[in-house]
Amino acid sequence: MSYIATLFPAYAEVFLLCMIGVILIADQFVAGQNRTFTYLLTQLTLLGCSLITVGTHVDGIAHLFNGMFVDDLMSDVLKLLTYLAVSMMLVYSRSYLIVRGLFTGEFLGLTLLSMLGMMVMISASNFVVLYIGLEIQALSLYAMVALQRDSAVASESAMKYFVLGAMASGFLLYGMSMIYGGTGSLDVRTISAVIQHGQANTMLLVFGLAFLVAGLAFKLGVAPFHMWVPDVYHGAPTAMTLLIGSAPKLAAFAFVMRILVESLQPLMVHWSGMLMVLAVLSMAIGNITAIAQTNIKRMFAYSTIAHMGFMLVGVLSGTLDGYSSAMFYAIAYVLMTLGGFGMIMLLSREGFEADKIDDFKGLNQRSPWLAFMMLILMFSMAGVPPTIGFYAKFAVFSAAVQTGHITLVVLALLFSLIGAFYYLRIVKLMYFDAPESHEKLTLQPDTALLVSINGLAVLLLGILPNSLMIVCAASVQQSLLLH
Amino acid sequence: MIFGYPLLSVVIWLPIVFGGLVLATGNDRNAPLARLIALLGALLGLLVALPLYTGFDRMTSAMQFVELKPWISQFNIHYYLGVDGISLLLVLLNCFFTLIVVIAGWQVIEKRVAQYMASFLIMSGLINGVFISLDAMLFYVFWEAMLIPMFIIIGVWGGPNRVYAALKFFLYTLLGSLLMLAALLYLYFKSGSFSILDYYQLPLPMNAQILIFIAFFMAFAVKVPMFPVHTWLPDAHVEAPTGGSVILAAIMLKVGAYGFIRFAMPIAPDASHELAGVMIALSLIAVVYIGLVALTQSDMKKLVAYSSISHMGFVTLGLFLFNAYGMEGALLQMISHGFVAGALFLCIGVLYDRVHSRQIVDYGGVANTMPVFAAFFMLFAMANSGLPGTSGFVGEFLVILGAVKVNFWYAFAAATTMVFGAAYTLWMYKRVIFGPVANDHVRHLHDIGGREKLVMLSLAVAVLLVGLYPLPLSEILHASVNDLLVHLARSKI
Repeated sequence: MSYIATLFPAYAEVFLLCMIGVILIADQFVAGQNRTFTYLLTQLTLLGCSLITVGTHVDGIAHLFNGMFVDDLMSDVLKLLTYLAVSMMLVYSRSYLIVRGLFTGEFLGLTLLSMLGMMVMISASNFVVLYIGLEIQALSLYAMVALQRDSAVASESAMKYFVLGAMASGFLLYGMSMIYGGTGSLDVRTISAVIQHGQANTMLLVFGLAFLVAGLAFKLGVAPFHMWVPDVYHGAPTAMTLLIGSAPKLAAFAFVMRILVESLQPLMVHWSGMLMVLAVLSMAIGNITAIAQTNIKRMFAYSTIAHMGFMLVGVLSGTLDGYSSAMFYAIAYVLMTLGGFGMIMLLSREGFEADKIDDFKGLNQRSPWLAFMMLILMFSMAGVPPTIGFYAKFAVFSAAVQTGHITLVVLALLFSLIGAFYYLRIVKLMYFDAPESHEKLTLQPDTALLVSINGLAVLLLGILPNSLMIVCAASVQQSLLLH
Repeated sequence: MIFGYPLLSVVIWLPIVFGGLVLATGNDRNAPLARLIALLGALLGLLVALPLYTGFDRMTSAMQFVELKPWISQFNIHYYLGVDGISLLLVLLNCFFTLIVVIAGWQVIEKRVAQYMASFLIMSGLINGVFISLDAMLFYVFWEAMLIPMFIIIGVWGGPNRVYAALKFFLYTLLGSLLMLAALLYLYFKSGSFSILDYYQLPLPMNAQILIFIAFFMAFAVKVPMFPVHTWLPDAHVEAPTGGSVILAAIMLKVGAYGFIRFAMPIAPDASHELAGVMIALSLIAVVYIGLVALTQSDMKKLVAYSSISHMGFVTLGLFLFNAYGMEGALLQMISHGFVAGALFLCIGVLYDRVHSRQIVDYGGVANTMPVFAAFFMLFAMANSGLPGTSGFVGEFLVILGAVKVNFWYAFAAATTMVFGAAYTLWMYKRVIFGPVANDHVRHLHDIGGREKLVMLSLAVAVLLVGLYPLPLSEILHASVNDLLVHLARSKI
């Protein structure tokens, strides 16, 4: 077998990297603001990636590059969803960016590059590879936030994002080096085996673990490491906010799984306690602070913090059910976030950002259909059935109850009640209040269609969540049991 | 499946599908079409539910028309439907009132007609789902989902303080529901199933039963509403549009009592006995104290709202007496209160549409200008005060009879409602309807038209029929009530 043929589990990454080059070069020869050619080429790349990922799928686990790279069901599922999220994000943001003069070749290139980073994170089976994936993703995102050069707010938030992100990376690296010192390896499976045989100094490992968890918390944006989230969400152009808020969370979930679960499972007693603190703080700070926001992007930022807290409740349960519920939560979250930000961009026009909460006033009178879609998204975020958000919370809580975290679940229920208030407020503004302007909405047909599909998917997956749940459970089971 | 098609699924989904169709008619230019489709949907909804009554086997307490399909295999959740005598009557009541509400809102609602009608149809389907579900998660999904249309109805078509009322309504109910979710999760891990009927057989230690009962209490007592958690109801009623008030009083409140019957009592029978004293005390406080509060109201809707709380106190009292009289009385009281409170809210709606005031002082001498209306209103007011021959009497009498068997003073306290109920209802009636014509508004009133007459007449017939000949209802209930009492008598510790 030739060397190239042995690379098949990473074909998607290789293909993507080549296409990034092609798109960047081709973009030099495309005239006009719309960049229809390179835009379509980008979407085709995403389609190609999905076909390759599906085509190279194997039953079982394939390792590559001396076990540094892994291809299992979980990675395939998460990658496919990442392509989907990025593709939807491009549809949502195209016209938004065109009118702001930001729809450049660099935007497309950086988007795909950050996606490459996510894919590497998802498939990494070695701490260094994980770190490289994380940095590819993060550096591209820093640059994207700063893409709007003439906006002071955007530059400021890019700076904040970069400085805090670099610090988090430092934490991660420090933690990784401690683990390396304790176990003598950077390989996920070897670390797990060494710890299990009790050949490592637990003290040293837990010391490293604390830094790893802190670094992870920064990247996930959970309290008390959440300070960057609202500023970056608020300052970045909405398209970039959407990218930051959606697909990277899938990669971050994989990151948590690979580091905490696959390699440091034997230290679960330690990390599960740390995650519990993070989860409770995030749910509390996220949900309570969100009430006071008047900017919807900031509100979504705090809501993200809260959602990540809920997701951690699933992870810290430490059972297969817990991990699969966290995965389901991450997927549900991405779907809802895409819809929410898509709606903001749909309502924005040239020179007008629909990012104030009041901009949603009376939406029902201006466009009943869009108001209905937003209603579904809001109730889903609040966790009211029959929407996917309910099952996400349900699965997470059920995993936590099963492992005896009753107090935690009661707290989580309480915070989700508080959270329901600010989502309801959006519904209230859309349905109960009179619109501030009666100007006719000019909607992009493709964006409007996608928002509708997105909203209906949230509802439909809420009525029939079974298949997605089975996929999550199977992915987690395969990654952990056949390990 | 006796009918060759999944009857219960049709009962749930037909109104929801029609709701979707009504929504599709779009803006108010197509309002006549929206009304027509809504009427058709409500009518069909009632017609497809009727075979439930005719095909119902009165001899057995087992669930009938059962449908069972896997739904979410990860959690062993099933799409599990079935009716017994108790849920059957409530489903019929709900379908009937959906039709009434659609007709009653025919001309009154002028803005966003399609959304108004669709909300009621969708809610009707969801409430049917609540009554029919035999899987706890399926129940929970319908239970929560029905909040959404109600929230919209109160908030969009309600009175001046509607936003406050809508939010209060939603958050109050959500708090209770989340605690119920915690209890359901606990039961799931104990039994490995979400089937409600499995829970009936599940042995549970006393302290677990008490906690489960309290969680269910929080969810259902808010909906009933029972004494300390009742404050959302007057706000919601006053601000809701007429149709919303009718459904709220006639159906939504029954959902809470139904929850006690379906969940709290048979799943935690020992805790029910243990806490029966508290439940009876809270019920009697509702009956007596809230009755007195109703007496002082100057707003008609608020008065009927408080009267509803007081009457629902009878229902919870009857349930926790643990004898056949109390139980059957409570159930008949639920049906009867549905008709009577619904009718009273419609009457107030008729006045409000004409004068745009709910204050009693703004009326007086309405009998002079609206004689037909005054006659109907009289009948419903009498029924609300529990006059023999009307539906209000049957339930209250049976509950008091049941209470005497347990403790004379329970019965005594409960019987005071016969006095208070008559006092606040008839006093309001007197001030609004009798006396000289109070002002120009009243002088220019025109009597109810054909559409309103039809609505009033059908309700009047129902009220009298239940009052004079309750047998068709009670024979449906018998087997299920006895079965419930058997479950309650058996300790699960």
